[in-house]
Amino acid sequence: MPENDNAFQAALSLILSLDPVLLGIVTLSLQVSLSAVLVGALIGLPLGAALALWHFPGRGLAVTLLNAFMGLPPVVAGLMIYLLLSRAGPLGSLGLLFTPTAMIIAQTLLVLPIIAALTRDHIGALWEEYREQLHSLRIGRVRAMPGLLWDARFALMTVILAGFGRASAEVGAVLIVGGNIDGVTRVMTTAIALETSKGNLALALGLGLVLLGLVALVNGTAYVIGERARRRLG
Amino acid sequence: MKRSPTLPVIGLIGLGLVATAKASDDHIVLASTTSTENSGLFGAILPTFTEATGIQVRVVAVGTGQAFEIARRGDADSLLVHDRAGEDQFVAEGYATERADVMYNDFVIVGPGDDPAAVGEAEAIDDALQRIATAEAPFASRGDDSGTHRAELRLWQAADITPQGAWYRELGSGMGPTLNTAAAMDAYAMSDRATWAAFDNRQNLELLFEGDDALFNPYGSLLLSAERHPHIKHDLADQWHRWLLSDEGQQAIADFEINGEQLFFPNAE
Amino acid sequence: MTDLYHPGVPSGQPIWSPSAPLLKLKGLTYVHQDTVLLHEIDLQLARHGITLLLGPNGAGKSLLMRLAHGLIAPTSGDVIWHTQPDMPPLLQAMVFQHPVMLRRTALANLTYALAARRVPWRRRRALAMETLERFGLISLAQRQARVLSGGEQQRLALARAWVLKPEVLFLDEPTSALDPASMRAVEEAVHAFHAEGTRIVMSSHDLNQARRLADDVVLLCGGRLVEHTPAERFFQGPRTPEARAFIRGELIW
Repeated sequence: MPENDNAFQAALSLILSLDPVLLGIVTLSLQVSLSAVLVGALIGLPLGAALALWHFPGRGLAVTLLNAFMGLPPVVAGLMIYLLLSRAGPLGSLGLLFTPTAMIIAQTLLVLPIIAALTRDHIGALWEEYREQLHSLRIGRVRAMPGLLWDARFALMTVILAGFGRASAEVGAVLIVGGNIDGVTRVMTTAIALETSKGNLALALGLGLVLLGLVALVNGTAYVIGERARRRLG
Repeated sequence: MKRSPTLPVIGLIGLGLVATAKASDDHIVLASTTSTENSGLFGAILPTFTEATGIQVRVVAVGTGQAFEIARRGDADSLLVHDRAGEDQFVAEGYATERADVMYNDFVIVGPGDDPAAVGEAEAIDDALQRIATAEAPFASRGDDSGTHRAELRLWQAADITPQGAWYRELGSGMGPTLNTAAAMDAYAMSDRATWAAFDNRQNLELLFEGDDALFNPYGSLLLSAERHPHIKHDLADQWHRWLLSDEGQQAIADFEINGEQLFFPNAE
Repeated sequence: MTDLYHPGVPSGQPIWSPSAPLLKLKGLTYVHQDTVLLHEIDLQLARHGITLLLGPNGAGKSLLMRLAHGLIAPTSGDVIWHTQPDMPPLLQAMVFQHPVMLRRTALANLTYALAARRVPWRRRRALAMETLERFGLISLAQRQARVLSGGEQQRLALARAWVLKPEVLFLDEPTSALDPASMRAVEEAVHAFHAEGTRIVMSSHDLNQARRLADDVVLLCGGRLVEHTPAERFFQGPRTPEARAFIRGELIW
């Protein structure tokens, strides 16, 4: 580790040296967070749309819970998944604790409420606008759902990016269920926490800058793709 | 229909699903303390073990209290901690079948260089703690039920002091964060020597007191009970346990140094 | 045409015949939050023609059409469509005052409607393009529907109704927000639908438009049906004082 006090220098030398350990950590971070976002979207988009379209008893409670879970502290999410996956827990026999899969599950729990709740908002507004026309076309709620999700795709992409932001930024959940095992479950945020606790503040901040750059890169890519498509369509 | 941005985005996310790296199945999960991990001890000795046996050791470094809990729930295959009383109780409860001395290091008292409580002049650890309490100089305690925290509480008790008041700050943090905080508020703190040696963000902190026999900090390896948790990799964990106690393992521990200073002293019988 | 307002009430089961009314509203009432918005409307519409619903704002014109179209359910009363036995329900379409444009291209707005009618995937594009051509919208096919002008949007809404080949078309004040040229285009489209045999029910508060288009006129006022008369008679000599006031341009509430 280079002995210097400058976080930018630390970040730069980390990137330029293409440190294989760092590359492994970055790759695992992206794999875990992107997988969590994918699973979260596959469940959260239809779930959010369903909550927007159907009025059923207990819907208010479901929406309130969903909104509350948007603020779920990552540590609590991690603890819940830990107790679930622990050998002494209900899913202990799967042996998933301290694996990347456990981290994906924990981050999915963090991301899903955000995606579902924000999807409900967007689809609800769009449904309000479309309802009479679709009703006139004799399209029921079930058949309307794919079209609504499609027509809201630009807004929903932002929703998914918000989920990715939460997943890639959190440390509490992955630390508990992953264990921050060197080379196995160590991701950017847990590595940052570790370096901080070792007093390597410059290196920790350097890793933080790398993380920031990665998140910016993912967001920027999505933005460029979205803008290009929007311009072509508009 | 024009190409939409959704497909590339899904593709991007799909990258994340690429099967997460599967290392060899010959691995054990070792629950241990932050002091051993943060000092770099495991980074130094594990490759030797893996080379000799082909077994990968996955270290989950947490406070001793949490390490016990992880092992108690059956989430670790092996345990290496430093809390003699807790270890003996763990064996007594039947969670472990065997406990063995592996190594020791010692605790040190660190504090601001100008040493307002004159801890540097203390004769013994109870004298040192007495001076801090009398001066009501800020003291940063781990407060996290870790091995170090438990040792610290025993030392206060031995010095016949009940640490309380605004000067005694329980942080509820690991060793590293506690040292970071102590450095930031010019407080005294008790650290294991290894974490202190590897700690970079010292600012005004200096090592002020060391060497009392009461600061002895022994580490024990526990062989977990296969009866309690049949699923754990008992055979592999047994190999690890035996290796730590072997000449080879003991030599690897003795060879680990930071800045030319040996931090852990093997003491297996 | 005969006075349709007080027809002899057919008794027993509705037996289909070419001369029977197409739509019967019986005691149609709609109450919203203790306010009666439609008050026991009885109305029969003949099988063919263009019916204009007239009346001041808030008379219940839009509400009546939505009830007839099945977008909302009445508080009480019945909407009865008389179709041939063993035939599927009538194909209906509706064009709204503010057209609802899907956030897609103009073309995709039509193909979506075709998909809704379960037209096979391969035929949708050709049908949609043909219809856009007919409505003079072909050059806008790939444009986002929501950035089109108001007149273009309304024409697109009519085109979207056209691809459905509806047997009944409801139009809710389709020209109230349009410039004269766009209004003329809409009226031409209404004639075209009529020529294809589509039954037209349209609301308006424009008397001149009613004169140009209507075969018969329904006058609503304050949620009550005031008069249902063939257009010619309505404009020459309305029976009710409300209708006379309405024609003179006096507001009635």
